[in-house]
Amino acid sequence: MATFRRKPSKGELRRQRAEEIVMFPLDWLEERSGLIGGVKYFLFRNVPSDINWMQTLGSAALTAFIVQAVTGVILAMYYTPSAATDPHTGQPVAWESIVNISDNVFMGWLVRGMHRWGASVFIILMFLHMGRVFLFGAYKYPRELNWIVGVLILLMGMLEGFTGYLLPWDQTAYWATVVGINLNGTAPILGPWLAQFLRGGQEISGETLTRFYSLHMLVIPGAIIALITLHLYLVVRLGVTSPPWSKDAAGGDPEEAEPERLRPGLTRPVPRGAGASAMQAEPGGRQ
Amino acid sequence: MEPEQPGRDTEQEPLHEEAHLPGPSLYPIGFAIGIVVLLVGLVIDPLLISSIGAAIAIVFGFLWAREATREMRAEQVVVEPERRELPGAGEPAAEEPGFAPPPVEPTKVTRSVFLEGSTIGLGALIGGLITVPVAGFAVLPSFLDQKQHKVDMGPLETFALNQWYISTFTVDPAEGEVSRRTAFIRNNGFVADPQTKQQVPSFTIISNHCVHLGCPVQANGPTAQILNMKILHEQTANGKLTLDPVVPAGYGCPCHGGQYDPEGNRIAGPPVRALDRYSYEINHGRLVLLSTYSVSHVVGTGAQAKIYKYKDYGPGQHVDGPEAWFYPIPPPHH
Repeated sequence: MATFRRKPSKGELRRQRAEEIVMFPLDWLEERSGLIGGVKYFLFRNVPSDINWMQTLGSAALTAFIVQAVTGVILAMYYTPSAATDPHTGQPVAWESIVNISDNVFMGWLVRGMHRWGASVFIILMFLHMGRVFLFGAYKYPRELNWIVGVLILLMGMLEGFTGYLLPWDQTAYWATVVGINLNGTAPILGPWLAQFLRGGQEISGETLTRFYSLHMLVIPGAIIALITLHLYLVVRLGVTSPPWSKDAAGGDPEEAEPERLRPGLTRPVPRGAGASAMQAEPGGRQ
Repeated sequence: MEPEQPGRDTEQEPLHEEAHLPGPSLYPIGFAIGIVVLLVGLVIDPLLISSIGAAIAIVFGFLWAREATREMRAEQVVVEPERRELPGAGEPAAEEPGFAPPPVEPTKVTRSVFLEGSTIGLGALIGGLITVPVAGFAVLPSFLDQKQHKVDMGPLETFALNQWYISTFTVDPAEGEVSRRTAFIRNNGFVADPQTKQQVPSFTIISNHCVHLGCPVQANGPTAQILNMKILHEQTANGKLTLDPVVPAGYGCPCHGGQYDPEGNRIAGPPVRALDRYSYEINHGRLVLLSTYSVSHVVGTGAQAKIYKYKDYGPGQHVDGPEAWFYPIPPPHH
């Protein structure tokens, strides 16, 4: 609690009380879990001074994935992965549930549209992010592993595209999946086995649909979340690279980096009253 | 500049622990082979092959366990009370007669190492016990009990002599529309069976699944509307059956342009063999379709055709020539 040289005014007292009310739950959480410090450590990292907007493509891809996850969860509330024929209309149940989402459910057309177009956005952003990393040389030592993890995320994203394409259960979905599975089937030795596993039997059937649905909404998203966690961990651990034209990165001997535990603002508290000016005075630590 | 490099002032403390790696052993390989034979046996012959696999796995697993625990069994593990040597505290007790502790041989397997190993081992065992049935459940149903469907195509008289029909039918009524298939059927009339010398009906029944990647091939030629013939709609044991008369000059695939002649031989495009055919039987005067089989090529036409027949392979998979070596073990079919 700050001490005042003079008697605090009513406004100042009120502000102080409000601050305490806001801080109390945060302090409570921090004391018991260290989560506040963890979040601060994750969000307020030091980055090179000459980074630019292209370095936000990774976050953009992450946002696209979150949009896919949220809209997917909502779609799953209305979608029925059944190849059975509705006796009243003679149409497949899965396809009817898609029509219901698009035509009847409030804003269903919007959520389905977000999921459908967002899928492409996710893949495109991953490719752009990959191109940025490649052109900046950000895949080089010590970040090779993170490139590999990124490629796995891209692969999983494409598997999401492949499994999600079948779910509307219309002619496009059916024949695209026929061709896609048969492409897998032409791989040497294990190809035919892989194709039969994907189909859940010799022919595409209702089992293929439920299998793809399970892969699409449970297995692959789980794998993507795990891989993204690993990807971010490595980003935080290894830091962000400067662009290739960076003068800071090119010029002279690199400055001795101060151990993280001594830097203000991460785990050591910023000196009270100094605030942002103290951080500006010592970029990247003490000189 | 790498701003977030780990601090260079923190020195790595040298590790004093030495890894106690077991000596090289061939038993785990034998154990793994046993498990593989067991799993393959589940597909091929659960009784015989699986038992052999289980036996191999048990024998090698036992040998492996014996080898891994050789050191533990060779030495008597003496449980020793924990002691700490106090610095500078001399050894007065040992000097006194009668109080000398019995000499204890140093043991490699300490209590903590044993507990660590047993925790990891038990965890792995429990994990395995859960994973094996789940993985089996996820994978095996695709390969076991593939049903043989019989498709009733109605009485033989429906099919006019030497007329091609585009026939669509449901393979499994319980499965519904997704099991609807198309085949090109021609009645070749009666021919002499080479063995019994009896006159038996002959049919050419070609599947419409393109052997490039499985798209539906179309008959290139006039159909009922142009031929001024009627499309036949029938109800059979398998539900709705449609027979659309056609005069095909060949078959073409809309996806990637594969072309076939009327007997299904590939004449152009990416397909790797001739179109698959249905085997059939005649049951009480009705045509019944059975499983499909693959065909490398056909010489001749109709009842006189010599069909080079293979097991059922998927689209894009070669059945003859060196490329067929890529597909040595096809998955189980009905």
